[in-house]
Amino acid sequence: MNIKKTKREMPLHLMLVPGVVILLIYCYYPMLGFAIAFQKFIPINGLFGSNWIGLGNFRYVLQMPDIWKVLGNTVFIATMKILFGLIVPIVVAILINELKVMLIKRGVQTLIYLPHFLSWVILGGVLVDILSPSEGIVNQLLNAVGLDSVFFLGSNHWFPSVLIFSDVWKEFGFSTIVFLAAITGINPALYEAAIVDGASHTRQMWHITLPGMVPIIVLMATLSLGNVLNAGFDQVFNLYSPSVYESGDILDTLIYRIGLLDAQFGVATAIGLFKSIVSFVLIAVSYFMAYRLVNYRIF
Amino acid sequence: MFHVQHRASLSRRAFVVGNYTFLVALSLLCLLPLVQVLSISFSSSAAASAGLVKLFPVDFTLASYSYILQKQEFINSFGITLQRLILGFVTNMGLSLLCAYPLSKERKDLRIRSWYAWFFVFTILFSGGLIPTYMVISMTGLIDTLWALIIPSAVSVFNVILLLNFFRGLPQEVEESAFLDGAGHWTVLWKMYVPMSYPVLATVALFTMVFHWNSWFDGLIYMNFPKNYPLSTYLQLLVINSNPMKMDPRNLAGILEISERTTRAAQIFLGALPILIVYPFLQRFFVKGIVLGSVKG
Repeated sequence: MNIKKTKREMPLHLMLVPGVVILLIYCYYPMLGFAIAFQKFIPINGLFGSNWIGLGNFRYVLQMPDIWKVLGNTVFIATMKILFGLIVPIVVAILINELKVMLIKRGVQTLIYLPHFLSWVILGGVLVDILSPSEGIVNQLLNAVGLDSVFFLGSNHWFPSVLIFSDVWKEFGFSTIVFLAAITGINPALYEAAIVDGASHTRQMWHITLPGMVPIIVLMATLSLGNVLNAGFDQVFNLYSPSVYESGDILDTLIYRIGLLDAQFGVATAIGLFKSIVSFVLIAVSYFMAYRLVNYRIF
Repeated sequence: MFHVQHRASLSRRAFVVGNYTFLVALSLLCLLPLVQVLSISFSSSAAASAGLVKLFPVDFTLASYSYILQKQEFINSFGITLQRLILGFVTNMGLSLLCAYPLSKERKDLRIRSWYAWFFVFTILFSGGLIPTYMVISMTGLIDTLWALIIPSAVSVFNVILLLNFFRGLPQEVEESAFLDGAGHWTVLWKMYVPMSYPVLATVALFTMVFHWNSWFDGLIYMNFPKNYPLSTYLQLLVINSNPMKMDPRNLAGILEISERTTRAAQIFLGALPILIVYPFLQRFFVKGIVLGSVKG
């Protein structure tokens, strides 16, 4: 019986072979590389020939003058992105739901989804151009209303705001998809009943639409918890410059510079390991919470 | 009573008008920055640097485009991206389907299903990080080959999850009757699941194409020679290098119609063009695909 069952399962196992092999080599095998975090790693000697130095790399990281600043930047930028990245799509989804002219509704949706599909290389180029202090259109507009030009990408005062604002700008449209879907899923009978009871549009929004969205809001909020250390490598890397390292440097960009540019593999891997472990714990907690709170499972 | 009603409807009307205005403005905000850069790419360098270009090109010229399209590096990297797109698309879609089908089965059909599922999901939760991954890719000899851009990312667990959630929503009866007629798993996957899954397949196809078109970081670190860079990496280098703060003035003197700014704008636009072309056709599918594949209940 068991053999028969195994035989019937064979094609399914076979289908999974290529995927499993690739993940084993390119996702699981690198995890062994975390050993580098505890070594004075020298590439020529390899993983087994390098000297073990225990927590030396971690001690080194803790003594780096900028590390706390970078950690603070990372958490601050990521948290703000998560916060506004939740609020804006919820509001926009509710407002879009009020649109009754289908042509405009479709048009609005099509346009706000678009930036999500462009890379930070493209959008970075666009931002560098429109925010340029000398020729950029944004500063021309500021000048036109009598304000001074602002060096958005070169000033530590403005840089984090630019990161947060532009990230929300890129992703809010795409995030509205799930919230709009949640609104569509609300039972229309509730609205009919509310109208019979004389509820205004505003009241309907507060007492039906918003509560109807609560499960998906809770879900999105919990799932985003895992991103607290992900402030967006692609975006920062394409927008920052040494003059804004102070306010814009994040763990991922630091790892890149220490690891690949300065070739301090052990130190970079130590920071990477710290980031992976914290993120893993946060994601595990958030998935567990999502399961308990709104009965969400990934698959 | 009448008065109250009238006032309510008035504020309602104000809200409706305000809402339309706000959302249209919001969607223009998503489009106009691109339009502005596009206009600069079509403008003469003099008009661009004098800040005359607003929404429409000034002194319309295609000089920037003809300059770029004659550049060998641009053509080269475009070719690499095209190869990457085709090979990557086939591998990604194929592997995602092959992984999603068994994982969409119930425990009774595939007993160690949850082991497999965790094996896949764990890779989203925890990763080896930049340096170790780079080393494995270099150990497996992929550095400076096109495969470095395709194989390591060939299994997108996110796409697999989208597909398998969609597969689970397909009617069981179809599959059961196929098995009674003697069909095997392969036939069911290719002849029944795939044709029934257009919305989600279109979604995953769009994500895969966009992913390969947009990826630049893997090109940057896995390719030692700029001649092996895919287009996005090549563009990234230009965007960063021509970043005014980094001061790398490319000497374009003698070509009066174009400037660094207009050519950069033209390259940005060419880099976004394929997505702008494909996007409207697939747009109506992906909303459905995402909603059916990811959000349940």
